[in-house]
Amino acid sequence: MEERVIEREFGELALNMGPQHPSTHGVFRMELHLRGETVVRVIPHIGYLHRGVEKLSETLDYDMLPPIYERDDYLSPTANSFAFVLAVEKLAGIEVPKRASYLRVMVAELQRVASHLVWLGTFGLDLGGALGGGSTLFLYCFRERERILDLMEALTGTRFHTNMNQVGGVRYDVYSGFDQDISQTVSYLKERIGEYKVMLENNPVFLERTKGVGVVSKELAKEVGASGPVLRGSGVVYDIRKNKPYSDYSDFEFRIPVGNDGDAYDRYRVRIEEMFESLSIINQAAGGLPEGPIHSRKPVKSPLLLKPPKGEAYAQVESPRGELGIFIVSDGSSKPYRVKVRSPSFSNIALIPYILPGHLVADAVAILGSLDPVFGDVDR
Amino acid sequence: MISAETVAHGIMLLGAILGVVTYLTWVERKFAGRLQSRVGPYLVGRPHGWLQPIADALKLFIKEDITPSKSDGFLFNLAPVWVVIASLIGFAFLPLTASWVLVNIDLGLLYFSATGSLIVIGIFMAGWASNNKYALLSALRSAAQVVAYEIPLLLSLLVPAVLASSLNFLDIARAQEGYWFILFPVVGQVSFLTFLLAALAEGNRIPFDLSEAESELVAGFSVEYSGMKFAYFYLAEYVHLLAISLLVSILFFGGPLGPFFPGGVWIAIKTIMVFLGVLWIRWSFLRVRIDQLMMLNWKVLTPLTLANLLLAGLWVSLKM
Repeated sequence: MEERVIEREFGELALNMGPQHPSTHGVFRMELHLRGETVVRVIPHIGYLHRGVEKLSETLDYDMLPPIYERDDYLSPTANSFAFVLAVEKLAGIEVPKRASYLRVMVAELQRVASHLVWLGTFGLDLGGALGGGSTLFLYCFRERERILDLMEALTGTRFHTNMNQVGGVRYDVYSGFDQDISQTVSYLKERIGEYKVMLENNPVFLERTKGVGVVSKELAKEVGASGPVLRGSGVVYDIRKNKPYSDYSDFEFRIPVGNDGDAYDRYRVRIEEMFESLSIINQAAGGLPEGPIHSRKPVKSPLLLKPPKGEAYAQVESPRGELGIFIVSDGSSKPYRVKVRSPSFSNIALIPYILPGHLVADAVAILGSLDPVFGDVDR
Repeated sequence: MISAETVAHGIMLLGAILGVVTYLTWVERKFAGRLQSRVGPYLVGRPHGWLQPIADALKLFIKEDITPSKSDGFLFNLAPVWVVIASLIGFAFLPLTASWVLVNIDLGLLYFSATGSLIVIGIFMAGWASNNKYALLSALRSAAQVVAYEIPLLLSLLVPAVLASSLNFLDIARAQEGYWFILFPVVGQVSFLTFLLAALAEGNRIPFDLSEAESELVAGFSVEYSGMKFAYFYLAEYVHLLAISLLVSILFFGGPLGPFFPGGVWIAIKTIMVFLGVLWIRWSFLRVRIDQLMMLNWKVLTPLTLANLLLAGLWVSLKM
């Protein structure tokens, strides 16, 4: 077997972090060039989780695809299918009933909270390790997330990959007693997340480890096309839900939390505040759920042949990680001619070579964690 | 000359320590489980998984023993043994009741700290001999860390010795007849807290477990070890922790002193309480970074312990 030697400067230690490593959040390889413990250069290698979703799309009918896209970003499945169905609806000119829009928003926001909880827990693991305080935070976060998954199960029959979104509407309507369940869950989550907020923001070790670490300037964030909490952490007020509202997001009142310094702590702050905003959106959506049908076509159990006219469409949503866009080209048949996914994690981890050098190995882990990449989303 | 009785006692002590340590892993897992709203080990040996430590040991025992082909075989195999022995020696000098100690010498405290600091040599050996970059980084970290933290550790250990005017553990324990040293105004508390911090750092415990750091360095120095050799590192860690807990209970909490029960029982109770305290810290804190660790040592702990020792010395000399 041919041995590939990593080129490095004299006095540098080339360390392959990943693809099997506890803190690379999936399969990701960082080629770290170290001087002592300081990172001087980093070359990220991606592609270990490439599943060819975009190519696969060309062989399946439109109605078969939302479940496939839910497997893309495996921490917030609904956001993916959300973007996909929005693009198809734009392409085919389908109007979605308001009730369906509200339900979509509700599920998407619930999953945003679930995704941010997973992020908070794994960030704890990155900072504290699996055999210490980090795992305590991790397990607490997963305990809260479980409440959301239970609610999802009651609503859709599935805990995680809900298959809620379909082209033209949603698959499941709320059940009787749902109002009570959701308000209970929301108030429970508000209380608990508030506790973790107090706990972390008064923890000297947490502050030491995140403040001033991995600073992303406004310019750099815009230049690499970062989005979501990473961009907002750097102080740019940009949220698709406000700037280019889709699916009746303009009906809801919510703030866009932004940071100042663009360090890991600001990204943490943005995410934790976002959870509170999401919970408020969920309350508004559940409270003001309009009457009416949940589907513009007949709810489908088996694929109907949907044939959008020739053309192309791009739809974007604010996924927990940032701007998730899906571009579809149709040739008039029942299958897309081409699908391209603009995934937020991919753009966000492009920051790594710029912000890692100068930090210690321990910070490399913290910074990668603070960007919240999901490698299913990066490699697709 | 070592008498046959001492040898017999030593063997009994060794067995007792190993037995206790085995079950301390179970205590830790149960404790951590409760802390994290889990139940911990449950199924292996009902009730409450009391056979779990045996099962763990058995699993590690029958695992394949691997020596990486590019490692330095001799050092690689020596390191775990070294670490275990270095951590066990200390127990010879620690009293287990009001009057019983395996080796009763006047310099007990000094010997204890000297043998305790041998552990890092084994850790460095393991990190170097593994021929693995993660292990190497971890070895460098732990060498820097332990060498640095020996200073505040010893300086804070000296405070009880100064207050008791002795380095003999039995004398130090006896000197706390009136009040425990932890209750000694300012000097006692500062010395206890700095000792605890330094001991956590020296024993590679969270928040200072930088050489293990599994989220950064995978498993640090023990990354290439498997089976029984890995278990030795694990064992050494717990033995060391137990020794530190025992030491704290003797130096600061009056060791065998206490009403109703005999001295041995009080020592055991206090040791377990300190041990649980350390576990509590472990399962609630995040890890600091190497530069912050060094900063804490050189800029805070070392000056603080020096000043504290000076205070204790002043107090004792004024009293005399």
